Amino acid sequence: MNAPVTVYVSRDSAAKSVGADEVADALLRAADRIGQPIRLVRNGSRGMLWLEPLIEVATPDGRIGYGPVTPGQVDDLVAAGLFDAAEHPSRVGVVEELPWMATQDRVTFARVGVTDPLSPNDYVNHGGLAGLRRALAMSPEDVVAEVTDSGLRGRGGAGFPAGIKWKTVLGCTDELKFVCCNADEGDSGTFADRMVMEGDPFLLIEGMTIAAHAVGATEGYVYIRSEYPDAVATMRSAIEIARAQGWLGESVLGSSLNFELHVRVGGGAYICGEETSMLQSLEGKRGEVRAKPPIPAINGLFGKPTVVNNVLTLTSVPTILADGAQAYQQLGVERSRGTQVFQLAGNIRRGGVVEKAFGVTLGELVNDYGGGSLSGRPVRAVQVGGPLGAYLPTSRFDLPMDYEGFIAAGAMVGHGGIVVFDDTVDMASQARFAMEFCAAESCGKCTPCRVGSVRGVEVIDRITAGEHRDENLALLEDLCDVMTEGSLCAMGGLTPMPVRSAIQHFPDDFYARHANAKAEGKP
Amino acid sequence: MSPTATGETSTTVESVVRGIAADHRAHRGALLPILHAVQEALGCVPAEAIPVLADELNLSRADVHGVVTFYHDFRSKPAGRTVVRVCRAEACQSVGAGRLVDHLKDTYGLSMGDTRYDDSVTVEQVFCLGNCALGPAVQVNDRLLGRVDEDRLSAILDEAISR
Repeated sequence: MNAPVTVYVSRDSAAKSVGADEVADALLRAADRIGQPIRLVRNGSRGMLWLEPLIEVATPDGRIGYGPVTPGQVDDLVAAGLFDAAEHPSRVGVVEELPWMATQDRVTFARVGVTDPLSPNDYVNHGGLAGLRRALAMSPEDVVAEVTDSGLRGRGGAGFPAGIKWKTVLGCTDELKFVCCNADEGDSGTFADRMVMEGDPFLLIEGMTIAAHAVGATEGYVYIRSEYPDAVATMRSAIEIARAQGWLGESVLGSSLNFELHVRVGGGAYICGEETSMLQSLEGKRGEVRAKPPIPAINGLFGKPTVVNNVLTLTSVPTILADGAQAYQQLGVERSRGTQVFQLAGNIRRGGVVEKAFGVTLGELVNDYGGGSLSGRPVRAVQVGGPLGAYLPTSRFDLPMDYEGFIAAGAMVGHGGIVVFDDTVDMASQARFAMEFCAAESCGKCTPCRVGSVRGVEVIDRITAGEHRDENLALLEDLCDVMTEGSLCAMGGLTPMPVRSAIQHFPDDFYARHANAKAEGKP
Repeated sequence: MSPTATGETSTTVESVVRGIAADHRAHRGALLPILHAVQEALGCVPAEAIPVLADELNLSRADVHGVVTFYHDFRSKPAGRTVVRVCRAEACQSVGAGRLVDHLKDTYGLSMGDTRYDDSVTVEQVFCLGNCALGPAVQVNDRLLGRVDEDRLSAILDEAISR
């Protein structure tokens, strides 16, 4: 009998969405048929989503990839010598040596796609818990100082320095404090939170546990959107396993730290990705935004001091503690330190996850990593940072990705999502959709957002119908001002960003749709 | 669980809801987990559940109603046997999500939010399923699908209708 071959097929929901489960089943059947024992590992996804379903075969030279593979091709692959890593048109070579992978700076995603996400042994053997062990040997003040020194900023979009938030919570004397992870990743074009929760859930648990030690919290919540059932299931399993391992619960890793972690599932409301709205939701209320101040760090969940951080912020923490602030701080540019997990999405040939130090340009991401559009047509616009982010033309592809650089360009890095559109896109429709989305997802608490978004749709409709174009564009500009300045949170406050950027960079799309429309004159 | 439900049905709703509330007694701010559990058990959050929940959680009926209606997930009537959710967010728009929405309307006469007359299928829009590099994305019950075109969507609908 042959020695067992280790074969990897991802369990990530994106991989499964294009047939990874069926490929895995076909592999098991084919191996059984030829009497080849295999050890099938369902790993996270490497993030090369265009190659999914990807089969990886372990060899002494590294893991050899084959993809994308359809279930129907598996028998052919096996006959061609898949288990010996033989040549085949689908063979892409050693996965870690592919330029797409080898040129990345994988820090947060170091283990994603490499390990079995729910194997505690894999986790520890690949460097897991080193950060937590070091943190537990340090005073909370020193842990907070390490995070501050690393320059880590909130990866959810706002970019607030994580260390300062933590220091505020640490400085509160309350008995009860909370650590909440915002995993309500609702921005279109973003999926990194989902992939890390499905692909390396112990990393998030470790990051939250470090945060708990640093600020003196005893309870934590991961608030995951209901659109992510696989991430919910994986996180719940991981928490149970971690508890059984002594990584959570009473006296974590034998220390004096007690920390209980719970998963909460959202209700399909985009606004609950806003931190105060998420806290309301965790309290069992309508997800209506709270006015700030008071800030959640002082008056957060159930009125108690609360750390609220995004998944990617918390999952950066274990590495910072393990390798030191200095190592993390060395990556990046200006005031944007470390790495950002960029997500290439939409009409793109090679979509997926590119983790790079800040400073990489938009063009490098879209053209070099992404390979241009999926349709093969010219790229016309990219939206960076989710539905509230700016639409940028290809003439801005020289922009380096960093928080301040993007703000200066009237855009935002946000959660690192980049959605590509080809030249068939109608930018007036995209601007209209931004307003329509805001109208659908506004929590309703403040008028500029609740009513402004509805009026925005109407005004854009009048513009594209050719009714008093100039006057209505001026009115839209005025409305955008009111929403930007008058809204309680970023939902209403940033909806004008995609609208204004569409008008600024693609003004020709805002002319009347019909030749006979009344482009001139007053009623 | 129609509004004309018999007393027996209402008793069932009440006992289910009270049982679920009891299971969550130890949890802080448990209304959302409770509502998810009620919907899981009953297929929706029926109107009769609201006063029971208010009583269990010491809230006003208006408070509970406000929460139930705030979140898109909670239904007042059960959905069709299969729920097909089409992502209409930007990343999926860029690769033709709009065509899928049109296809459901043109071929099956179903607009977003509609349930087919035989309760076989409900179609809904959703803003982002986190499959933005492999769009257009569709979720069939809890199963995520990528690179969905009109033919594949028809296959999904036809299967759902025949079940």
